[in-house]
Amino acid sequence: MSPVVELERLTVRYGAKPVLRDVTAVLPAGAVGLLGPNGAGKSTLLKTLLGFVTPASGRVRVLGLDPVASPLIVRARLGYMPENDAHIPGMNAVSFVAYCGELCGLPRRDAMQRAHEVLQYVGLGEARYRTVETYSTGMKQRIKLAQALVHDPDLLFLDEPTNGMDPRGRDEMLDLIADVVRNKGLSVILSSHVLPDVERTCDHVVVLDQGAVAAQGPIASLKPGGRRVFELRIKAASAAAAEGFYAALDAAGATCLDTGDDVRRVLAPDSVDAAGLFGLASAHRVQVRHLRASVPTLEDAFAEAVGDHAPGPGASGTAG
Amino acid sequence: MPIHDQGYRRYRGRRLAAGGVWWVIARAQMAASLRQRRFWWLLLAAWLPFLVRAVQIYLSANFQQASFLAATAQTYRDFLGQQSLFVFLVTIALAGAIADDRRANALVLYLSKPLSRVEYVTGKLVALLVFLLGVTLAPALLLVLLQVIFSGTIAFVAANLFLLPAIVLFSVIEALVASLAILALSSLSKNRRFVSILYAGTVFFSGAMVRALRAMTGSSTWAVVSPADVLGVVGDAVFRSPRPPVVPVPLAAAAVVVLVGVALAVLERRIRAVEVVS
Repeated sequence: MSPVVELERLTVRYGAKPVLRDVTAVLPAGAVGLLGPNGAGKSTLLKTLLGFVTPASGRVRVLGLDPVASPLIVRARLGYMPENDAHIPGMNAVSFVAYCGELCGLPRRDAMQRAHEVLQYVGLGEARYRTVETYSTGMKQRIKLAQALVHDPDLLFLDEPTNGMDPRGRDEMLDLIADVVRNKGLSVILSSHVLPDVERTCDHVVVLDQGAVAAQGPIASLKPGGRRVFELRIKAASAAAAEGFYAALDAAGATCLDTGDDVRRVLAPDSVDAAGLFGLASAHRVQVRHLRASVPTLEDAFAEAVGDHAPGPGASGTAG
Repeated sequence: MPIHDQGYRRYRGRRLAAGGVWWVIARAQMAASLRQRRFWWLLLAAWLPFLVRAVQIYLSANFQQASFLAATAQTYRDFLGQQSLFVFLVTIALAGAIADDRRANALVLYLSKPLSRVEYVTGKLVALLVFLLGVTLAPALLLVLLQVIFSGTIAFVAANLFLLPAIVLFSVIEALVASLAILALSSLSKNRRFVSILYAGTVFFSGAMVRALRAMTGSSTWAVVSPADVLGVVGDAVFRSPRPPVVPVPLAAAAVVVLVGVALAVLERRIRAVEVVS
């Protein structure tokens, strides 16, 4: 299947400041996660793909088309769900979604019919005659998805689609995203802070860091396979002793990822097992207070790719 | 197997050709304005002068004693001058045309669809023009028609061939300047009240400033900075009014062009899907 987005040495500047630098990536059809710390250039990349921002140099192809030369043709085939709340003021949900359909060239009658169907699909069927201003945060997320879907795009850009949603709503949103990709044949580019969301819905990720691609590929291939993963907490008599221990781990080929609290994730080569860790700790007069074997996650891959900007464990990191 | 799937389905219907989206936006803007009852009252009030003029034309055409009320070309100029009050009020009522979209972060939704910034502005502009021409051009043309009907002859129109083009031209210029000015101001803020105050302030302040400067310097050329005065000069010129212009007509016309140009430049800068940070 042909890729949905192709970037070749893409550079985007705001004034003199480069925001994307020589980005080369191929995003295949299906669900692709877009990750990166704050300021990595994710939003700029989405804006460039939508044709809002003109690249300083390089080549961009979205669905085989150039969004700089033919932005309207490209946008006719895209659905965009922005990160921030956005709606047309004074309209109820069904009028709003139908209006968005008409803006995309659907005849009035078809747009209204599609609006009803899509609102039913995203779970707002019962609330479709309420004005959007009265919606809760979760409902606003759903209606943003509905307006992105109403004209039946080939490619969806979802910017933080689960922001502000409760756990149940988040699950439902992720199920919807998975459904449109797996059962309806749409492709999705998902930009999210929440790495488990990306891991759950996407097969492929692109990690941006400081305007450049830090890692890309199928999630399975990016996870640190063939390596042991431990959660480790130590107590040392001095900071120097702790630093010495971590330096020894580094020398042994292990990578220690700071998780934001006193527990670190250690990605160790096969040669370093639990006994080896205890041995190193003993040699550096460091107490091991917690040691647990873990499994490689997308967070590990992300943290390894972007180094110091890595997110903490669990729900939210610093991707942005 | 279900007989009907209420879930998401691919769309196989036709899509309209690009370029006509401005009308969708104009229609939505008009519908949004007409949903407000106060706006209906304002439009109705704007037609009261028409009723008065219609009675005047009827009396002058049918009663010899009222022949002194007979309409002339200047009558239409004065009528449109009176309607300027309603042009001002309707323009103020439409101050949220873009500000409301900015408040609701709707610009990014509009511009992520297959429509250009020009189509967006055109849609908003057309909606405003429809309402403003509805309180200037429409009643003025209807008055001409009534005059023909009541008098039973087209002699008046034939004797004033410039009148119909003058009504159309002045109404369009006035509506265009007011619409573009309020759209430009509306694009600067997310608060429609602030936009209303800014517009009213600009109109009143420029008028007051002109009067003060005229009193201090004795020169009437300062009127060129007042949109109302400038439009007055252009209107008098278009209607061949005997009133002497406060500023030369070419200068007034140039001021109108500058005003339109500034409004378009502001819109070009402000109507974007991404904020411009200088």
